[in-house]
Amino acid sequence: MSIPGPNDILRRELPNGIVVLIRENHASPSVVVNGYLAAGAIYERAEQAGLAGFTADALMRGTINRSFQRIYEELEAVGASVSISGGMHTVGFGAKSLAEDLPLTLDILADALRHPTFPVEEVEKLRGELLTDLEERAHDTRAMASLTFFELAYPQDHPYTRSPDGYVETVGKLTRDDLVEFYLRNYTPQGLVIVIVGAVESGVALRQVEDIFGDWDSSGHAIIPPPPAPRLAQVHTRTVHIPGKTQTDLVLGYPGPARTDPDFLDAMVCNTILGVFGLMGRLGERVRDEQGLAYYSFSRLDGGPGPGPWRVIAGVNPSNVERAIESIRAEIRRICEEAVPEDELVDNKAFITGSLPLRLETNEGVAQAIVNMERYKLGLDYLQRYAELINEIDAARVQAAARRWLDPDAYALAIAGPP
Amino acid sequence: MNQPNGFVKTTLDNGLTVLVRESHSAPVTSFWVWYRVGSRNEHQGITGISHWVEHMLFKGTPAFPKGEVDRLIAREGGMFNGMTWYDFTTYLATLPAERIELALRIEADRMVNALFEPGEVDAERTVVISERQGDENDPEFLLHEEVMAAAFRVHPYGNATIGHMCDLMTITRDQLYHHYRTYYTPANALAVAAGDFKAEEMVRLIEKHFGAIPNNDCAPQPVRAVEPPQKGERRVVVEGEGNVAYFQVVFRAPPAREPDFFALTVLDAILAGAGGVTFLGGGLSNKSSRLYRALVETELATSVSGSLVPTVDPYVYSISAVVRTGHTPAEVEEALNAELERVAVASVTPEELTKAIKQAKAQFAYSSESVTAQALWLGFSEIFADYSWFQNYIANLSAVTIEDVQRVAQTYLKRSNRTVGWYVPANA
Repeated sequence: MSIPGPNDILRRELPNGIVVLIRENHASPSVVVNGYLAAGAIYERAEQAGLAGFTADALMRGTINRSFQRIYEELEAVGASVSISGGMHTVGFGAKSLAEDLPLTLDILADALRHPTFPVEEVEKLRGELLTDLEERAHDTRAMASLTFFELAYPQDHPYTRSPDGYVETVGKLTRDDLVEFYLRNYTPQGLVIVIVGAVESGVALRQVEDIFGDWDSSGHAIIPPPPAPRLAQVHTRTVHIPGKTQTDLVLGYPGPARTDPDFLDAMVCNTILGVFGLMGRLGERVRDEQGLAYYSFSRLDGGPGPGPWRVIAGVNPSNVERAIESIRAEIRRICEEAVPEDELVDNKAFITGSLPLRLETNEGVAQAIVNMERYKLGLDYLQRYAELINEIDAARVQAAARRWLDPDAYALAIAGPP
Repeated sequence: MNQPNGFVKTTLDNGLTVLVRESHSAPVTSFWVWYRVGSRNEHQGITGISHWVEHMLFKGTPAFPKGEVDRLIAREGGMFNGMTWYDFTTYLATLPAERIELALRIEADRMVNALFEPGEVDAERTVVISERQGDENDPEFLLHEEVMAAAFRVHPYGNATIGHMCDLMTITRDQLYHHYRTYYTPANALAVAAGDFKAEEMVRLIEKHFGAIPNNDCAPQPVRAVEPPQKGERRVVVEGEGNVAYFQVVFRAPPAREPDFFALTVLDAILAGAGGVTFLGGGLSNKSSRLYRALVETELATSVSGSLVPTVDPYVYSISAVVRTGHTPAEVEEALNAELERVAVASVTPEELTKAIKQAKAQFAYSSESVTAQALWLGFSEIFADYSWFQNYIANLSAVTIEDVQRVAQTYLKRSNRTVGWYVPANA
């Protein structure tokens, strides 16, 4: 099987702005759908935090054609799934089924995206579930460390400081009218991307998409570009105490590059070295392994349309928090101040390029890769150029990315654990 | 032996069981070594030792010093992991197909040559303790641990694989090494490969790397623990931090080899959805299931799930729910009881049966998409039955009748056969 590229990915723009991408794979009898549209939390006001996510969750709770029960009865009867969920910038959707059931999953997906009815009793059921999730979050050390990190790393009015899941106070107050209004304002085919990968004929699948989405009126809202986030000038830190817990979670990091930033791949290689490679890179080696301070310690670079975070995440014994932080800072200092040795760089680049076949093994993996190529305008030949792009990155570029985005003395640090 | 094309099962002279299956849909191969050892083989004083041994196999041999395995596999573009559970410990690597021999070299080497250096043992003690502390942060772990301890008073399935804290504090290097030398031996292991290769060549390659490994002097002792029959309902209450309550109930259940296991699998799909069939996740929702309708649509719980896991010895079927804020585990239990009585008294419908089979077929197709999942199922099924369990899975499910489902509901899902657990939060 070859690497997906312009030769075997069908790409069409429908007149209403929807972009359709299809790749056939007949190795197994299943098919996946993956895509997004611009209706994420960035389009909600601060006092309505959680509205975009609530709205997205409510789409599958009833449509003009199907009740909530009927939607899931139809899907589950054939072992298929459809999901829609809100994120910061976009609402993502996906489906998986046997190939013969693609018309059904596409129909339910289109029904939910285009014809939701937001039944009052379903909205209230959903609200109760969301509020219980938020109560659970308040006692989850990892989730609370993450939530607090975003508040510290971004300027006060930046949308990234708000949780896309909202808060008990905001989700409790949202009304059905708020959901309907948010839906009408933000759900349009402009900016909608749909990717289909699996055991289908491209032409047939394209016609199915045209049939169910083609007549969707394209008058739409303006895409909000994510605001920039300045480099941190000092340490911002806060501790959240959760009595009764046995492990402390910490997140230490920075606003990072957008996926479209010219040095994103340099930062990605740098991040792989710092906290991904093998058993979680240098951080895994030093913080977990040599010092035995943590069960996990790794780093993560989000990318995304805006200045998503670049952060270190660790779970440590409460008595080891200070030592773990010092150890993490030491690794950040080292990667900023010392050029990465050539053999380490070669290993990391070999991992990044060599693992491509594994990432493209399943339909889900291919669909995700195609979504990213479309979303960040990487070009449909991106995967085919990928090894070349990675291999030309040298130690100087890795260090430049580290210095541009990281700083061992100015960072956001959130800690959540027992007092 | 009657075997499908591209599949071979054989045994090497030293007793190592070998299963290989060709799959040419992507240029990727997954290689696993499974050992018949896990927390099933432990007792009080050394609980958690199998899992800790697994950690130590990533800490170096003379040929592959610590960190070398991680580096070598990663730079070939591969992924690797180790997993320990009740019935097994397994090590896997999935690599671009032409590089798979590296995984065979590594596994053959560490079957025998892991160092267990005292300094590494001490450092890993804090890591394993930290892992347990992370588990303890989760109320559902705390509840499950207590429920299982109450459900099993003789058989080691009552102990969590991570082990008790007192044992993690006191297990010695020599105990770890003894455990390793006892169970890590060819006759107690399986080598499994699935992916882009020729079956005969893969068998030859496995023979080349593993064929000369001798068996240990101390043969593993069989597990003799037999859990006595349960004589009445058992109940557990866990009080803890937080402001959300959790409910769990476990019913003593048959092992995977028994025919009732398949009927119970169908019953689970009808009650709680067909979500739980693989470790790798199936992603199916359960919103049309009976328990979702009875517990979540009625706003008593925010989610419900069922779990029936194939095991060597009799284990449990479990149902878990997150209690919706403002409600109690008692309310969830009452609604659940009504549903369980209903399924025991009146039979399930033909439509429900058909749906459960179709769901299983779809999930079976999904799980064949990655060579990692294929190798997992080959090895896993060989641990608790044999590979034909996996190959005949759909046929066995399809043979289940409405009467079978009702019979297993009456046999297993009765009060006297269950252990009920409530997690009651301090701040509710």
